[in-house]
Amino acid sequence: MTPADDFHDSAYDGLLDHHTVADDSQWAFGTEFEDPLAGVDTTVPAGEDPHALAAYCLMIGDDALVNAHRLSEWCSRAPDLEEDIALANIALDLLGQARLLLARAATASPDVVPPLPPGSPVPPEDALAFFRDDAAFRNVRLVEGDNGDFAVTIVRLLLFSTWRLALLERLQSSRDQVLAAVAAKGVKEVTYHRDYAARWFLTLSRGTEESRSRVLAGLDAVWRFHDELFVPTRIEASLADSGVGVDPATVAEEVAGLLDEVFSVSGVDRPDLPQVGAVAGGRGRDGRHTEAFSHLLAEMQSVARAHPSGRW
Amino acid sequence: MTTAQDEDLLAGFEATLARHERIEPRDWMPERYRRTLVRQIAQHAHSEIIGMQPEGNWITRAPSLRRKAILLAKVQDEAGHGLYLYSACETLGTSRRELTEMLISGKQKYSSIFNYPTLSYADVGTIGWLVDGAAICNQVPLCRTSYGPYGRSMIRICKEESFHQRQGFELLATMMRGSDEQRAMVQESVDRFWWPALMMFGPPDAESPNTAQSMAWGIKRDTNDELRQKFVDMSVPQARALGVTLPDPDLVWNQERGHHDFAQPDWEEFAAVVAGGGPCNAQRVAHRREAHENGAWVREAAAAFAARQFPVAEEPAPASASKPPQEQEQERES
Repeated sequence: MTPADDFHDSAYDGLLDHHTVADDSQWAFGTEFEDPLAGVDTTVPAGEDPHALAAYCLMIGDDALVNAHRLSEWCSRAPDLEEDIALANIALDLLGQARLLLARAATASPDVVPPLPPGSPVPPEDALAFFRDDAAFRNVRLVEGDNGDFAVTIVRLLLFSTWRLALLERLQSSRDQVLAAVAAKGVKEVTYHRDYAARWFLTLSRGTEESRSRVLAGLDAVWRFHDELFVPTRIEASLADSGVGVDPATVAEEVAGLLDEVFSVSGVDRPDLPQVGAVAGGRGRDGRHTEAFSHLLAEMQSVARAHPSGRW
Repeated sequence: MTTAQDEDLLAGFEATLARHERIEPRDWMPERYRRTLVRQIAQHAHSEIIGMQPEGNWITRAPSLRRKAILLAKVQDEAGHGLYLYSACETLGTSRRELTEMLISGKQKYSSIFNYPTLSYADVGTIGWLVDGAAICNQVPLCRTSYGPYGRSMIRICKEESFHQRQGFELLATMMRGSDEQRAMVQESVDRFWWPALMMFGPPDAESPNTAQSMAWGIKRDTNDELRQKFVDMSVPQARALGVTLPDPDLVWNQERGHHDFAQPDWEEFAAVVAGGGPCNAQRVAHRREAHENGAWVREAAAAFAARQFPVAEEPAPASASKPPQEQEQERES
């Protein structure tokens, strides 16, 4: 036994001295981030419409939040422990991005935050995540559906992360300092997500007969949501013009090229499938979602909504 | 091998233990020591993996983004603990695959606490505070256990567990500062988990058949009752700080002993849960089996892909020629 071992006998020391764990900031996703944007300049860029900026932050924040929810459903269910850990990592990264982006939406334009009972301690980013109705969510429909098998999840992650990385790379030079900072952090994270998905796509495509047929079925299920990713809303187009946001149509070519590379080494043809249509003229970004989505939200929001003045 | 050589090896093994030094994978060890370790480490690894389920049950419903991240990271840590421990078992010659088979076929056990359900979000905090707290009491002494890879895994695991325990306590403390409903939720959760937490230390010493041998081998360092007492003594002031009542009317400070007196949990219930009759035994194993079976095609695909990509890895000659002499020697011994 070494003196260092004694340290572990004192696991309880300090527990009663302070009820919070303020000295644990070194832990990833640690315990002290009451204000996720603490120390960041949240001034809206000159000449920018705060409502448009908030709406844009909700779009890319909701994409991350909803995808994180689906990925977190894999926890304790993945094909192996290494995959369980990896999928949780990816979910945690996206959850972190979502939290920052929802907080940014609230600081840009507080009127996007749903009203809560007077004195409720629920922070604005949580009010946005847990107290908005489905039609107020701005995520694309790609991220909403059930996970399916591991192949469906990998195909969706490949498409999502390739698209998101292209967006975040451009957003790093946004005139909005918060968006630029979130994008710079996100680029590192999503680069790993894309690499992870591409490696598994290749492995499954060239693994066994079964895994290959599951990848093809996965493509069939996921690809129908492909085109929607590149349809700009008026808000995205206008924020792109003013150097704050990115017009998704402008990343279509790059994303296609990258996916074609992955398809090519995997021996898979780029799908040519009918795409999901608009609903009364609207898509995910307009608050028109899939049937699966309100079920997802009912689950995600159930505890928070039962305690609108709850302190967590 | 002659009997005299056997005796020399055994004497060397015992001398290592007597010096409180570690037994390492390349050292000779009695078969029964190896088997006891595999059983104990595997049970611990399985507990980490099964233990992902009760808390994982609340990840998609965590009521704030901060709590969701904390919970997901915690359950992910448990998968990591399972990995270290399965790896420690592999140094004793038993593979993760074999151990997983034994878990899902019910041949090996995991901690019975995970056969209780999580029924409210407060349970996430209570599991952190009481269940991880009890686990730490059990596990801290294992950092000094005689088998090297196990002891070293435990050092890292205990650091993370103690962090989880404080997070659980912090969740409960935060909820206790919230609404009346939240305070009631915390108390109800503590009422349900207190007795099962006390059971985590195992049966009373008088009824624990393996304790003496495990202590002699330095695998175990304290008796069940000693650890249980330590846990109760630690928990009482914490409960007071939280403002919750521990559900034991006999719980009282005994000045003479310098410890708290407390009632025994229902050992018949414990025996029933161990025997498979807890609220969630079948559900927990079925969940693990389903995940394992659903993942079979993925693992097969990865193996087939790797075999095609790196066919050279299957030829033993060049691989072993490049290993350092030490490792070659080890292979010859085994």
